[in-house]
Amino acid sequence: MTTKNKAKTLYEKIWDAHVVREAKGEPTILYIDLHLIHEVTTPQAFTGLGARKLPVRRTDLTIATMDHSVPSANRKKLPWPDALAQKQVEMLADNCKKYGITLYDLDSTHQGIVHVIGPELGLTQPGKTIVCGDSHTSTHGAFGALAFGIGTSEVEHVLATQCLLQNKTKTMAITVNGVLNPGVYSKDIILRIIHELGIGGGTGYTFEYRGSAIRALSMEARMSICNMSIEAGARAGIIAPDQTTVDYLEKRVKFASEAAKKQTVAKWLSWKSDEDAKFDKEIIIDAATIEPMVTWGTNPGMSVGITEKIPQSDSEDIRKALEYMGLQGGQKMAGQKIDYVFLGSCTNSRIEDLRIEAAIIKGKKVAQGVTAYVVPGSYEVKHKAEAEGLDKIFLSAGCEWREPGCSMCIGMNGDLVPSGKYCASTSNRNFIGRQGRGARTLLMSPAMAAVAAILGTVGDSRDYV
Amino acid sequence: MKTSQFKDLTSTLAPLLRDNVDTDQIIPARFLTATDKKGFGKRLFMDLRYEEDGATPKPDFVLNQKQYKGAKILLAHENFGCGSSREHAPWALIGAGFNAVIAISFADIFKNNSAKNGLLLVELPQSVVDEMHADVLKNPKEKASINLAKQTCTWKKKAHTFTINPFVKKCLMEGLDDIGYTLSFAQEIKRFEQATI
Repeated sequence: MTTKNKAKTLYEKIWDAHVVREAKGEPTILYIDLHLIHEVTTPQAFTGLGARKLPVRRTDLTIATMDHSVPSANRKKLPWPDALAQKQVEMLADNCKKYGITLYDLDSTHQGIVHVIGPELGLTQPGKTIVCGDSHTSTHGAFGALAFGIGTSEVEHVLATQCLLQNKTKTMAITVNGVLNPGVYSKDIILRIIHELGIGGGTGYTFEYRGSAIRALSMEARMSICNMSIEAGARAGIIAPDQTTVDYLEKRVKFASEAAKKQTVAKWLSWKSDEDAKFDKEIIIDAATIEPMVTWGTNPGMSVGITEKIPQSDSEDIRKALEYMGLQGGQKMAGQKIDYVFLGSCTNSRIEDLRIEAAIIKGKKVAQGVTAYVVPGSYEVKHKAEAEGLDKIFLSAGCEWREPGCSMCIGMNGDLVPSGKYCASTSNRNFIGRQGRGARTLLMSPAMAAVAAILGTVGDSRDYV
Repeated sequence: MKTSQFKDLTSTLAPLLRDNVDTDQIIPARFLTATDKKGFGKRLFMDLRYEEDGATPKPDFVLNQKQYKGAKILLAHENFGCGSSREHAPWALIGAGFNAVIAISFADIFKNNSAKNGLLLVELPQSVVDEMHADVLKNPKEKASINLAKQTCTWKKKAHTFTINPFVKKCLMEGLDDIGYTLSFAQEIKRFEQATI
């Protein structure tokens, strides 16, 4: 029920502002301000819509791009090696044309990973409700938006009604105080949080990240944190907007006038939890205690700090994970040999990530026997990186400089890690087979992955500051 | 346009004793380029089920063991269905003949996706789920009976009640179409849009 005259969390405020209808015993009809769509989770939704003979209710609030299954090289050359992927992408283009939806396709300078381009286009804004048929939609919460992933039936629901049937989640405040040590990054914060909560620890919650260490982060770094909220099971993760948010958005949002801009910015900054708002749960982490993190297992919670040892345990899950990973309990991750490096994904493919990686790789060579992919999150990122000469740094080190998309994070486009090989990856999931059948994924920060690329083994990003 | 209804069910169980079974394991990403809802059943748990050739069954995997053939209920464990939002996961489970999954807990998006497709998720306490796993190994022929109206899952003559969101229950029992439901409030949606522009 909508609560008035009561201190509210940011989540509750955004929720209340989007209630179309609520009734006891029934889910709330929640209005959706922005619906991002891509090729993989929409074909069946459009088929359903067609069968109902319904239009897309708000084409102006629906934005499409192609990212999951698009090749990261030679993609203008048809046919693609994967005929089904090509068909799926063509189907998205046909559906967008048929229904009048704006599509940033492979010819567009805005094409990219859906969670990279939303913010870049200035579409992701404080106070909005944002959904997409992708679990990493939580990324957009970095702007103080309520953003979450949905399934294909729900995609159809939003296309048809611009609403969703929703039940309120519980709220968890995750406060990260203090200052990060040099060489420790936002990815390390979120891996630590997931490690502490466990991958089901956030189920049924929306997280709000706060505290001085969060405030000190750039928008890119905040997006990496919110992005992985789902890896702890949370429905969404949000960060209240502040001047950093405004500085990012001002350049990207068109305002009718100076007065309109002032009014909008004031509204953006008003989206925050009340001082005395109550959360259902709270955890506090001291940033100074966070080390560079690396995963050793088969879910994102199975991680250690770089100086720590992999736990020794009789647990069947840990035994199975270590067996798949070819690692031993009691072993440290530092020094672990790697075969592949993937710098990319909706978690870490933004310009700041590429700058951090390039600074470490500059003047060095990718270690012998290591294949390194750099896959910018969007054409905007790619072009900016090229203007700064980052592409040359990567290329002269022996990295592959690829075209934007999800690439090796999900391995739907043919970018795969071979069975048994280790991949130092800036992505978000180290599930069994995620990067290819039998592939062994080590999740880590962009700095850690860049260090791994030049060493050929897992190193410590604090040594490269 | 009604969605699939859940019919009360009595069936043997296929036990999958693993925590945190993610949707990449349920249906690997390389099969997500399909553009319809059919055909995912044969890909269910693909890499757990088959050797690298994609055709040779792994004899130790539950779905390859003949004593569990024909089970319409999957007996899972903790945090089943975590990870990606792919609705292909419930499509694959249903395609492979499952009508219900019993577990200690389920991931959030998987829960929503299952409800939209008539796949019933039954959450039971760990002690009960562990007991069922132990029992099934001893006697694979033992059947569980799920009664959605009464919200009970009966195992070895003992009825265990489970909780379910009342609206999800209504949808599953009546096969209610939720897009139709939401569109029945078109006036409210219009009013909301006019008020916020």
